[in-house]
Amino acid sequence: MSNQSEAIVVARNLQKVFPAPRGSKGEPIVAVDDVSFELYPNECLAIVGESGSGKTTVARMLVGLETVTAGELTVRGESRAGGVKHLADRRRWAQEVQYVFQDPYSSLNGRQRIGDIVESSVALHAKGTAGKRETRNTALDILDSVGLGTQFAEKFPHQLSGGQRQRVAIARALAANPAVIVLDEAVAALDVSIQAQILNLLTDIRAEREVSYLFISHDLAVVNQISERMIVMERGIVVDSGATAELLAHPVHPYTRSLRAAVPRPGWKPLRRERLASAPGSAAPAPSPSPEMPAA
Amino acid sequence: MTERTELTERPERTDRPRTEPLLRLDDVRATLQLRGSEQVLLNGVSFTIEAGEALGLVGESGSGKSLTTRAITRMLDPGFRVSGEITFDGASVLGMNAAQLRRYRVGDVGMIFQDPRAHVNPVHTVGDFLTEALVHTKGVRREEAEHRAVVLLDEVGVRNAEQRLRQYPHELSGGLLQRVMIASVLLAEPRLILADEPTTALDVTAQSDVMAILDEQRRARGLALLFITHDLELAAACCDRLAVMYAGEIVEQGTHVYDAPTHPYTVELMGARPSIDERHDRLPVLRYNRETHEMLKAQA
Repeated sequence: MSNQSEAIVVARNLQKVFPAPRGSKGEPIVAVDDVSFELYPNECLAIVGESGSGKTTVARMLVGLETVTAGELTVRGESRAGGVKHLADRRRWAQEVQYVFQDPYSSLNGRQRIGDIVESSVALHAKGTAGKRETRNTALDILDSVGLGTQFAEKFPHQLSGGQRQRVAIARALAANPAVIVLDEAVAALDVSIQAQILNLLTDIRAEREVSYLFISHDLAVVNQISERMIVMERGIVVDSGATAELLAHPVHPYTRSLRAAVPRPGWKPLRRERLASAPGSAAPAPSPSPEMPAA
Repeated sequence: MTERTELTERPERTDRPRTEPLLRLDDVRATLQLRGSEQVLLNGVSFTIEAGEALGLVGESGSGKSLTTRAITRMLDPGFRVSGEITFDGASVLGMNAAQLRRYRVGDVGMIFQDPRAHVNPVHTVGDFLTEALVHTKGVRREEAEHRAVVLLDEVGVRNAEQRLRQYPHELSGGLLQRVMIASVLLAEPRLILADEPTTALDVTAQSDVMAILDEQRRARGLALLFITHDLELAAACCDRLAVMYAGEIVEQGTHVYDAPTHPYTVELMGARPSIDERHDRLPVLRYNRETHEMLKAQA
């Protein structure tokens, strides 16, 4: 771990509780509980877990899309737990942490041209120092750096493929010149060939500028390729953490082991989770509130 | 069905060999008129599936995998022109009349899709969904149908099956709902299952679970499977043979594909996938494109 420099993001005993669904008699839902981690400059930290494990909620709290119920969450020493009070705060926070969503089809404004999408982000974060032409040129440079030439600037999102759109989303994030980019399942919806290109692009970006990634994924092979450290979340809590290569090569925690064992690879056979956990024959009375019952 | 089909001239076969595969696609071509020009979306697709055999059809988006399943069930849009031959148990699918086609779709093939939520009626209970086909098309009494549904749900690893029958789709997780879909397909007792990316929307652990169930039930019943996926590793683990599609064509198929691929596209596709065991400085990027594809074809 890079202890020589100070962490950009620090989470301490972070908690998020959602009220019980309206009309239900249920308990409030603890989505994130007692989560602590640090994100250092110029590193990639992966948050790994299944759907419902709370990984996205952590990321959403970091960018201010969710409020923090309890615990501490700081970016460069400034607390984010209190939520956004002023528009100026929102803008300053956005400049520090940018977000790339899973679905490049719904995260871009379909009525805005690609060049304008990136340009408005540049203009917003340039603090009014740049002229119109300068802003445009910066936007074009950024598009170029993600592999989209000038001809793309005049196009609309619907004219682009999924991989190209995800490049635009990354360009828009880079336009703010952020210290941290949250990549929330950012390559999950892409074809293998496109996924490889985007993963390489993310590597290239880090070689050129100082930026940290908070990489949220359920795909351990992708995580192995992109991240140096990872934390494993299960039902809202961190159950395992450490160097990615080490954790994947020698998983100790049972949950990490089961995640690892579920990844298809040479010689792999699919395994039944339920039947393995409970004894065969199903003679034992099944617990009535199945954990799988309330899906979000 | 108003689709226009062109049947290739072919003498009526009377001496059908015993080894006739369950499903045979022979030089299937599907074209569509788009803005005045003819787009070839399936080009000479040929493969067979024996009874009880599993074939994995692997390819990226737009390669024609899903169109192939639609061609097999004759569910392509009316604008498509389909030529070639598709036979199921020796009968020409393209030549079936409405009644035969209905029997074939209801009784012979079962389909599992990527998003189970898009294929169940959200305002009906799981029980209604599971028993509907039995009650309406097979004339099974409701109590009997429910009993069968409960037994099957239990077999596919859904606990508290009787309680589940009274629940609505939104109350079930994605993995659970996909198991309900598998149960619904098995209830119809088909001979061939077409599974189109059945685990793509699921977590790795749920994927492992659902595939294990599908694999085990399929083997126990001797059902054939056409498994469509973009994941070569997953397909290799669950299928007897693989076929790799690119641009509406099958570029390579057989039992060797995973261990010793010979086609450049397959080789590059396998190389581009990140690995859980080793980390690359940079992932190899696919250089195979339409041009290379056409060039290779011209050479062959």
